[in-house]
Amino acid sequence: MGRKKNKGKSSNYSDSESHDSGLIDITRKKFRLGDYVAEKVIKGVAFLSITIIVLIFTFVFREAFPIFNSSNGEKKEAAVQTVKDSQETYGSVTDQTPVAQTQETYGSVVDTSAKEGVQETYGEVTDKQQVQEQYGVQTSQDQDTISASKSTYTVNAGSGTDDNRSAIKTLITKDWVPVSDKPRYGILALIIGTFKITLISMLFAAPLAILAALYTAVFATKKMKEIIKPTIELLAGFPSVVIGFFALMVLATFLQNFFHYETRLNSFVGGIAMGIAAIPIIFTITEDALTAVPKSFYEASLALGASKWQTAFFVILPAATPGIFAAILLGIGRVFGETMIALMATGNAALMTLNPFDSVRTLAATIGAEMAEVVFGDTHYNVLFLIGSMLFIFTFVINAIAEFYVKGKLMKRIQGK
Amino acid sequence: MINSLRKNIKGIVIEGITLFSAILIVTIVVVMLTVIFIGGKDQLSWEFLTSFPTDGMTKGGIFPALYGTALLVIIMSIAAVPFGTITAIYLTEYAKENSIIAKTIRFAVRTLAVIPSIIYGLFGLGFFIKFVGTHIDGAFFGGELKWGQPNLLWASLTMALLTLPVVIVSVEEALKTVPQELRAASLALGATKWQTIWKVVLPGSLSGIMTGTILAVSRGAGEVAPILFTGAAYYLATLPGLGDQFMVLGYHIYVLTTQSANVDQTLPIQFGTTCVLLLLTFTLNMSAVILRYRIRKKKNS
Amino acid sequence: MILEKIHTENMYLYYSGKMALKDISIQIPEKKVTAFIGPSGCGKSTFLRSLNRMNDLIDGVKIEGKVMIDAINIYDKNIDVVNLRKKVGMVFQKSNPFAKSIYENIAYGPKINGINNKNQLDEIVETALKNAAIWDEVKDRLGDSALGLSGGQQQRLCIARTLAVNPEIVLMDEPASALDPLSTAKIEELIVQLKEKYTIVIVTHNMQQAARISDNTAFFYLGELIEYDKTKKIFTNPERKQTEDYITGRFG
Repeated sequence: MGRKKNKGKSSNYSDSESHDSGLIDITRKKFRLGDYVAEKVIKGVAFLSITIIVLIFTFVFREAFPIFNSSNGEKKEAAVQTVKDSQETYGSVTDQTPVAQTQETYGSVVDTSAKEGVQETYGEVTDKQQVQEQYGVQTSQDQDTISASKSTYTVNAGSGTDDNRSAIKTLITKDWVPVSDKPRYGILALIIGTFKITLISMLFAAPLAILAALYTAVFATKKMKEIIKPTIELLAGFPSVVIGFFALMVLATFLQNFFHYETRLNSFVGGIAMGIAAIPIIFTITEDALTAVPKSFYEASLALGASKWQTAFFVILPAATPGIFAAILLGIGRVFGETMIALMATGNAALMTLNPFDSVRTLAATIGAEMAEVVFGDTHYNVLFLIGSMLFIFTFVINAIAEFYVKGKLMKRIQGK
Repeated sequence: MINSLRKNIKGIVIEGITLFSAILIVTIVVVMLTVIFIGGKDQLSWEFLTSFPTDGMTKGGIFPALYGTALLVIIMSIAAVPFGTITAIYLTEYAKENSIIAKTIRFAVRTLAVIPSIIYGLFGLGFFIKFVGTHIDGAFFGGELKWGQPNLLWASLTMALLTLPVVIVSVEEALKTVPQELRAASLALGATKWQTIWKVVLPGSLSGIMTGTILAVSRGAGEVAPILFTGAAYYLATLPGLGDQFMVLGYHIYVLTTQSANVDQTLPIQFGTTCVLLLLTFTLNMSAVILRYRIRKKKNS
Repeated sequence: MILEKIHTENMYLYYSGKMALKDISIQIPEKKVTAFIGPSGCGKSTFLRSLNRMNDLIDGVKIEGKVMIDAINIYDKNIDVVNLRKKVGMVFQKSNPFAKSIYENIAYGPKINGINNKNQLDEIVETALKNAAIWDEVKDRLGDSALGLSGGQQQRLCIARTLAVNPEIVLMDEPASALDPLSTAKIEELIVQLKEKYTIVIVTHNMQQAARISDNTAFFYLGELIEYDKTKKIFTNPERKQTEDYITGRFG
């Protein structure tokens, strides 16, 4: 939009300028609207990516937040009648009151200072004192009415407050039974399952990808490189649902026939499939790190009488360690949040075992499988967002480590200690 | 003598292991391709591509899924490409290479690239549907539920966020291939910075913007997790509009394999759909690779 | 005292805090060819680029002292750099035509100045190409890509492109260094013609070239202006020992 306007403007202002150079006035800074607007727009848009991250933080966490408030909310049991309106906001969104407003106030119940921030962000609430009081009540009530009114989905015997409170209590258990008379949200089994599958996939993918990268960077002829690299690029372009499909239809059967285990879909199959998805990431970054090692290292080592493989293993590989570390980290990040493969190839049973041949359910798969059926605003819904927040933080941290720590180290190492 | 022989054998073994790893990866890819193409090739027909599913999705074609995928990636590109391009312009033309702002933006872009796609789905639900959509309904439709629910628009915008880094990285690379001398030439002729970007830099990097768009489309066409609960539908008898849920290839594969009552019966359709999706993403990726190859060649010449 | 077209006074240039030009004071007359010579890295190109503020594009460049054009300090806060560059054009060492047609290359500058009238543009293009002595070679293929021209033609095209904006001063940064002798001769001939209308400042590492085409010559060494005088004097009877050494080829 800015551009079109601009183009017109840029010719406009210069129309007034004479082509005769003698008259060009350089002593006064000319205001050029086109350039001004373009620059402002470009700068503004450039902040979009930062904004998005902040928004993701805000909105994913916001939906997860009510869980922690409800345990306080129970004290304000009175004033049941006032709630009719806000209850509708959640369930069917027929009320004018924006949902955001109602949810903001969850924050306020727990922590007044937090509320300040939230209110500023959305700028909805006018009378803090009053609103805080009112919504504080609604909070507990909301949960109550929702779980009751949506009993078609969630058969819920206890009140919403109870539900939320027990949700927190059950969070650190191994039972993930979100839909039942007494819902339990134990995410321990999910966490263990996710780590288990991540470990399996890394044990499979990391050595394979790193060794292949080493081959490509050090030993391979030009012709081999021209086969391997495009193939990896091809693999990187595989949609994960296709890999999931392959794992579900072909790999699972193949592996079962080979290893003779009982459950067809399990963390082993899922781990291998996710490993396949992670190979391109690990390979590419490792290869980059290996080729970034200065040629002089290589030549010096060869000149000292070391053979090619000794040079590869004792000179090049160590010099590129930080890069390989980053590669593995990003591979872990990829696997940790992988949803479609987990949904399709892991069996999706939240069992807490260390046996790789048992079915497993990952954090991401839980969100993917249950979010579509859940009641908006329900405890179950909030817990799923909480899981999402955990995934987000985990990958964010992993990326930050890969970015700052590893890069700094790699630079130091290659540019001379 | 013996020592060096042993050394040699060791070297051969070690090189062999690395070679084996590389070959294993290539084999996996080839096997996956072969299995899916062999399984799906009998399904591929004009009819399969252009007809609706019938008999409770156990027969018929995938037209609505193709249509939904096309709409999804088009709307997604309309949102992601301009914003991605502008961000790339900022990073290459305006920001100083080592300024804190530029570094922060780059970090943000890379973070966006590694955030799991399911998180984008959650964000789409929490932000577009529950926040923006609900507010729109509240403001314009008297609270009637219209935009505060999953639909094509929200799914496409969610996907646009996911593919934004892809566009940014490709365009940035292309902008960098425009020689600095051309910028200098334009500025020395009395062009302003923006005129230089608009008339010299951008035309010189059109193929890069194309590459970015294609890669983004390929990514968007294959991703399922972000649209699981922001708009994808199991089955629809009609073609969707902006405010409707929609069918999409990837999700179609997922529901057929895991949610359908008789998985075995739909097996040919599953393979067929997977084959179509794979062919689609491959064609896109290959053209992007060729385009990028051309850009790099131009740069080196 | 009458100021010449370009005039600097105690000008210093720092690159990331490091001094690159030291105390340059020089007067460059109108409608003459002034050559800057000196060994590579002596600062002559840097100085040239600071005359139309092309150094602004490089991070960390700081300038002190006065750089006056028509008695206006071009590093004043209020100076409009865009207009300054219209007034002070520049031809670069490596020919850098846009990936557009020959016609569009020349028309680029005028179009940016808001001239969109086809007839007027045609006229400007023809004049510029004629002034750059390349009209006869390209008049039948104005629509062809400029990248298809030979190196020498490309460079003359770039000169024509600069002339099309109608500057008063043309800065040339080793414009013939990458060309064969024949093309170089053509460019030199062209420069001599151009001084009728334009003030020309040329950086060259080729002393014969400076001797052939310039009226005045300045010798730079290690960021300092060592000697500046009539070309004839510099090449026959230099004041300073360093100049003499350089000219007689004892170093550089």
